[in-house]
Amino acid sequence: MNFPLPDLNPVMPEILMTAFALIVLLLDLLIKKKEAVAVISIAGTAIISLSLLKTTGSTFGGMYIADGYSTFFKIIFFINVILTILISIKYIAVERVNYGEYYSLILFSTIGMMIMASASDLITLYLGLELMALSTYVLAGFIRHNLKSTESALKYFLLGAFSSGFLLYGISIVYGLTGTTDLRLIATFITERGLSGNLSLLLAIGMLTVAFGFKIAAAPFHMWAPDVYEGAPTSITAFMSVGPKAAGFAVIGRVFMIAFAAVKADWATILIPISILTMAVGNIVALSQTNIKRMLAYSSIAHAGYALLGIITANSEGISSMMNYLFIYAFMNIGAFAVIIMLRSEGIKGEDLSDYEGLSKTHPLAAALMLIFMFSLTGIPPTAGFIGKLYVFMAAINAGYTWLVIVAVIFSAISAYFYLRVVMYMYMRDPKTELPLTTSFTNGLALAVTTAAVLIIGVFPTMLVEFARAALKGF
Amino acid sequence: MAVPLSWYMLLSLAVFSIGVFGFLSRRNIIIMLMSIELMLNGVNINLIALSHYIQDLRGQILAFFVIAVAAAEAAIGLAIVIAMFRNRATAHVDEIKEMQG
Repeated sequence: MNFPLPDLNPVMPEILMTAFALIVLLLDLLIKKKEAVAVISIAGTAIISLSLLKTTGSTFGGMYIADGYSTFFKIIFFINVILTILISIKYIAVERVNYGEYYSLILFSTIGMMIMASASDLITLYLGLELMALSTYVLAGFIRHNLKSTESALKYFLLGAFSSGFLLYGISIVYGLTGTTDLRLIATFITERGLSGNLSLLLAIGMLTVAFGFKIAAAPFHMWAPDVYEGAPTSITAFMSVGPKAAGFAVIGRVFMIAFAAVKADWATILIPISILTMAVGNIVALSQTNIKRMLAYSSIAHAGYALLGIITANSEGISSMMNYLFIYAFMNIGAFAVIIMLRSEGIKGEDLSDYEGLSKTHPLAAALMLIFMFSLTGIPPTAGFIGKLYVFMAAINAGYTWLVIVAVIFSAISAYFYLRVVMYMYMRDPKTELPLTTSFTNGLALAVTTAAVLIIGVFPTMLVEFARAALKGF
Repeated sequence: MAVPLSWYMLLSLAVFSIGVFGFLSRRNIIIMLMSIELMLNGVNINLIALSHYIQDLRGQILAFFVIAVAAAEAAIGLAIVIAMFRNRATAHVDEIKEMQG
């Protein structure tokens, strides 16, 4: 008897990435210079990203799907992984943790995210999520001689594992109700049996919301984020604030829009208060932060709140605006962290806001770049952050959530205070001490790419917007 | 005597709830890890009972995956606890407060 070979074409990028991550793990044993491992990782990832071009279709009995939606998110993950490696090469040497497994762990985490974006079955979703999360726990504690770093890994691990328990309980209820774990079959079952309003289904949706809320750091499930972001290595903070968040949104979009399409009103009612609370907590608590990594952690919570608006609108315009937002967020956030990383040098932490005093006089270029990223995070034109917010808010207004957008705009105005405070410190105060900058070619390259992307998308947004719209066809 | 499905589901809910309560109330990291295991195993009971009831194999397959992932999770969790322990000899979460969130 012969077994049919499943169509491996849709899953090819993940297979190549897995093989490549294993090769990087082995190369680490042979290569003494870890910078070479980093360069190989970047080159390999860039080549594998080309395989995304012609992968479409669904495979493994519908458990795995490669469509425009997943491809768009995978592009974000590839950008994230390449930029993160670029900014880490010098940084992990400064932190004295220049070990090669760092790069393979980042690659494994990215594979997990790719599987999440492509999962069309709750089982694949769970496996992708765990692969991503387990690799990120280790990365958060990578500076293992540092108490803060190990503490952040421990907090991330405990709360992450706790939330995956909720995810599984939610999955088991959905499975019991519908008898399947396939997202499309769940949707058909819910409409055929008229399960909308069913209390067990609401409980399951609630549990899944808790689990996904942890992953995207939405309030009230955000408590881990500030501590973890502050303690983790800065390059990993940049990685975590973009990748797992985008992956979480990819999963929320697919599960809620496809499996629970029939009960849109129910989950929108759950998500609206979460979104408002997330924006409130993120923006208001950020006002009192003095550590810049902690401040950006709260800012990242707030940005999850804005992006949730795109999900709440529950139509293709909203989803595509959410995708745009995450794409833009990847560039502006990693850019900001690339500047923060430059201030970290031998013996100097450079994480405190007071370290930025008078930066424009001592290092004008670094200050100017930070200014661009802070403007973009606030959402001031002509930067990309403005475009991201504009499309999300427009989608929400078109769907009739004008009041929600007014709330979001108010919180966005509050956020200007703490973003522009950094700019004020840099440009309007005198430097106390001359801080040395840790510059490197790769970090400069990452800064050049992110700055260019933030400005180009800010001035010519049409291409990105059209791309996101086209990606949603057939979703 | 036939055991109805609801008994299994109640057992599963009880085990899961003990896990949640233990995680939230105990302050020793090892016991918190054990509570997480209880949560996952509560889910496994649910999945397997439902799988038998629906006569569908997916639930049991997922239960196997959960067991495998839980093993990996325990390994990584204990590794992190050991790394933590080397920096500060404690397994009590209230003493781990370098950063206050």
